[in-house]
Amino acid sequence: MPAVSKGDGMRGLAVFISDIRNCKSKEAEIKRINKELANIRSKFKGDKLLFIFLLGHDIDFGHMEAVNLLSSNKYTEKQIGYLFISVLVNSNSELIRLINNAIKNDLSSRNPTFMCLALHCIANVGSREMAEAFASEIPRILVAGDTMDSVKQSAALCLLRLYKTSPDLVLMGEWTSRVVHLLNDQHMGVVTAAISLITCLSQKNPMSSRPCVFSLQIVSSASTDLQDYTYYFVPAPWLSCKLLRLLQCRLVECLETILNKAQEPPKSKKVQHSNAKNAILFEAISLIIHYDSEPNLLVRACNQLGQFLQHRETNLRYLALESMCTLASSEFSHEAVKTHIETVINALKTERDVSVRQRAADLLYAMCDRSNAKQIVAEMLSYLETADYSIREEMVLKVAILAEKYAVDYSWYVDTILNLIRIAGDYVSEEVWYRVIQIVINRDDVQGYAAKTVFEALQAPACHENMVKVGGYILGEFGNLIAGDPRSSPLVQFNLLHSKFHLCSVPTRALLLSAYIKFINLFPETKVTIQEVLRCDSQIRNSDVELQQRAVEYLKLSSIASTDVLATVLEEMPPFPERESSILAKLKKKKGPGAVSVTELDDSKREAGELNGGGERAAETASTPSPSADLLGIRSSAPMSAAPAAAGSLLVDVFSEVGPAAPAAAAAAVNNDVNPILLFLVTFKLALSLSRFVCKNNGVLFENQLLQIGIKSEYRQNLGRMYLFYGNKTSVQFASFSTTRLCSLTLCPQLNVQSKPVEPLVEGGAQIQQVLNIECLTDFSDAPLLNIKFRYGGALQNLTLKLPVTINKFFQPTEMASQDFFQRWKQLSQPQQEAQKIFKANHGMDTEVIKAKLLGLGSALLDNVDPNPENYVCAGVIQTKGQQVGCLLRLEPNAQAQMYRLTLRCSKESVSKRLCELLSEQF
Amino acid sequence: MDIACNNIFCLYPNSMQFMLLFSRQGKLRLQKWYVPLSDKEKKKITRELVQTVLARKPKMCSFLEWRDLKVVYKRYASLYFCCAVEVQDNELITLEIIHRYVELLDKYFGSVCELDIIFNFEKAYFILDEFLLGGEAQETSKKNVLKAIEQADLLQEAIIFLDW
Repeated sequence: MPAVSKGDGMRGLAVFISDIRNCKSKEAEIKRINKELANIRSKFKGDKLLFIFLLGHDIDFGHMEAVNLLSSNKYTEKQIGYLFISVLVNSNSELIRLINNAIKNDLSSRNPTFMCLALHCIANVGSREMAEAFASEIPRILVAGDTMDSVKQSAALCLLRLYKTSPDLVLMGEWTSRVVHLLNDQHMGVVTAAISLITCLSQKNPMSSRPCVFSLQIVSSASTDLQDYTYYFVPAPWLSCKLLRLLQCRLVECLETILNKAQEPPKSKKVQHSNAKNAILFEAISLIIHYDSEPNLLVRACNQLGQFLQHRETNLRYLALESMCTLASSEFSHEAVKTHIETVINALKTERDVSVRQRAADLLYAMCDRSNAKQIVAEMLSYLETADYSIREEMVLKVAILAEKYAVDYSWYVDTILNLIRIAGDYVSEEVWYRVIQIVINRDDVQGYAAKTVFEALQAPACHENMVKVGGYILGEFGNLIAGDPRSSPLVQFNLLHSKFHLCSVPTRALLLSAYIKFINLFPETKVTIQEVLRCDSQIRNSDVELQQRAVEYLKLSSIASTDVLATVLEEMPPFPERESSILAKLKKKKGPGAVSVTELDDSKREAGELNGGGERAAETASTPSPSADLLGIRSSAPMSAAPAAAGSLLVDVFSEVGPAAPAAAAAAVNNDVNPILLFLVTFKLALSLSRFVCKNNGVLFENQLLQIGIKSEYRQNLGRMYLFYGNKTSVQFASFSTTRLCSLTLCPQLNVQSKPVEPLVEGGAQIQQVLNIECLTDFSDAPLLNIKFRYGGALQNLTLKLPVTINKFFQPTEMASQDFFQRWKQLSQPQQEAQKIFKANHGMDTEVIKAKLLGLGSALLDNVDPNPENYVCAGVIQTKGQQVGCLLRLEPNAQAQMYRLTLRCSKESVSKRLCELLSEQF
Repeated sequence: MDIACNNIFCLYPNSMQFMLLFSRQGKLRLQKWYVPLSDKEKKKITRELVQTVLARKPKMCSFLEWRDLKVVYKRYASLYFCCAVEVQDNELITLEIIHRYVELLDKYFGSVCELDIIFNFEKAYFILDEFLLGGEAQETSKKNVLKAIEQADLLQEAIIFLDW
């Protein structure tokens, strides 16, 4: 044991701690503490106070004394002072200015130990005030040539912490590029700390932190200076993990090496050895999944995980199940994942830890497809009987979704849902039983079967109320289909339903009353019996208004209406309009938009045509805007500091506004001669905002040092054609050039975008062209995305852009006189048809510019319509394949206040809203 | 301009949210928070996590999903070491962060036990600060961390000596 020397103060602390430990009761402890607090108040002892605080007692004094300790010349006191501050002082303490002063002194002391203490304190507190005080100082320390390694390490992470709390205060500058060079440092600790900082900076600031060139030495582990960084025979596992996470290039050889290493016999029996090795392996697998483009690696990853599924370490089984879940969503590895179905089912049955079972259930859900749906659903149903309460509702939703999605014959679907209600009725939410009814009503081939099955299910002496609901609804609609069998004659059906009536809640009883009146129509022979039931006091005088009203009205209806009227009123329900499965929406809501796996998205695309069994229902999963709508949209949501500048220069030559984008990654690659073992370019995925192209059709969509993308587009009626020009700005060929269009789930059925593949090679200095044909099917608000990939000098470049296709592109101008305009304006008077926004002018309020923008919008600008000549009025029709949407617009500028009021009235509510959003960004 | 941040990884990979050390009896021995939280919130989290972790059986896996985080924990003798990381973070490497910290304590105190951490809690904090800063690994070399701590110890004695 090293000499931990203790002065008098420390001895006092030890005595105090012993006393506390000897306290037999909470009261005794509090008494001892109060005594000590009194003692400390008279003579300040930071360490004891700290100990008391850490025991969980509140400390509301002594902060000032602790601050004084910071400037003590005794190292012990200074150290305790700093510990005290970082543990005890909340970030908004008023002492912060004093603390900052002390820190400033230590930072400029040139004493590395003091500097580190100060930096640790900043990183531990990490408040905004500290960021204000030190955000400019720390980068200087970090990149200064004479800074000690240990100080550099602390400075890097300290800066990272400040950047996380107050990104606006950490200004990028000349230091940013110098930070990158820390990755070449001889000291592995410096590299480890720097990489955390750089990873974060580069993810949040792709434009300012230049596409960096990072060197990676993972494979060259023979290097001698790794010695002390070798952890249980694993060379620098922490650094390796960080580097792997940072890599954005397809790192095939490296990943293969790691997969190969996993097969090597272990060099130690210690769990730390295998953990460290596997930590890297899992990070590598997560990278393989991320790229999702190397079938060979994906399948190897899957096999590797397969081995772990039966490993004796619970941790590994857990992680394997979890990783496999994401593998299942890749088309390359989906089949490979499926081969492990028996093992996973076994895990669901036998794992002793609920969190592992949960992972197994998730994986079964992810690997489910048409071929194994029956088996998986059956297993999940049987698991449900014993499943932990905490996960039952989610399990129910999943079973319901799988049953619907992969139903080939709908009798199986009906059976499954009814089983679900039987096994876990309490956890079956409304969405689930609504959905089964929607499907039965929409599919006439299953109605007879559904009536028969639900009738049988209701025979059970105790059945769940949800079963009664489904039963009531289905028998009320389709009871006639099984009435031929004397065992389920109309009266038997009615008596069966009515036997459950008194046990049910009010909403279910109301539903049953409706079923009864439907019975009267279906089976005239039950009329007398049912009228009697309706007439009895417990119905017609029920204290619940809803029940009473239904009873009274149904009784009256059945007595006075003729058979024809009755038949019309009580006709079979029309099919439900097709829309997204309400259950899927519910699961998404439950798990949050981000949590729904990519599988959902892909599957919905893949399966869209099969849902509900009919091709004509292809739009099923995708037509309603839902929480899932931005599965892809999420990506473009992060605003960038450069945004105002870009939006500002509308109608100005666009060449100027894409300026500071990505500088020459290639040049950097050439210049960096420090570590030529492996060079990687990290590229950033960009999407430019749509707003520049709302009112115009041509311009430069994107430009960096390598690539320029120009755009030219024309629209007629509901059709459009967009020409994309990809220009290679370098003198080197781009290889494997490819583009992929991405439409979000919502957008797919709204907008049809077709294109031919582009030439895979773009010679240096050359330009290639791509034509996109666009058809607007119905109104939309998302923008299609375009993903562009190519290789430049061996490095993969990858970027994603928003294509500037907005709803206003499909405008046809409509000229009309003032009188007509106002007449139509009044016709569109429903509140939801109007969208209005009052906003501040972002640009000058020049009349000609405003007019040019309104004309660019595509609608007709009408003169002499508005009584106030300052105002602008436009009219037009948006042409979609399905319908034409009339749109009227009024823009009222207020020059004094520099404000606008924009009002839109359209025959479709969603169009008003979208146009209002688009336009309000333009002025 | 918008940035399409479609990185499936979180913005701050492998960033630890907090670390707690507590005994089998549920007594908190060390707490380190890398995200700003109110004292009330910290107490609530501590109570909840201590309960959850103590209720788990020895053979269960070391990871659990908790709120929207992932908790990685390991028991060493009478002490539980418990870290919260983001869901996307690497669980195994977090587990080994815990182990490395235990090794550091072990080396410094010479076969560390709970009492060492109770009586020298400030050292436990100093060692942690040398190893992890702001939730990120600062120095993963055992030798370097201990060197830094020993230097500080020397400094401490030197100045005390001067005071005499």
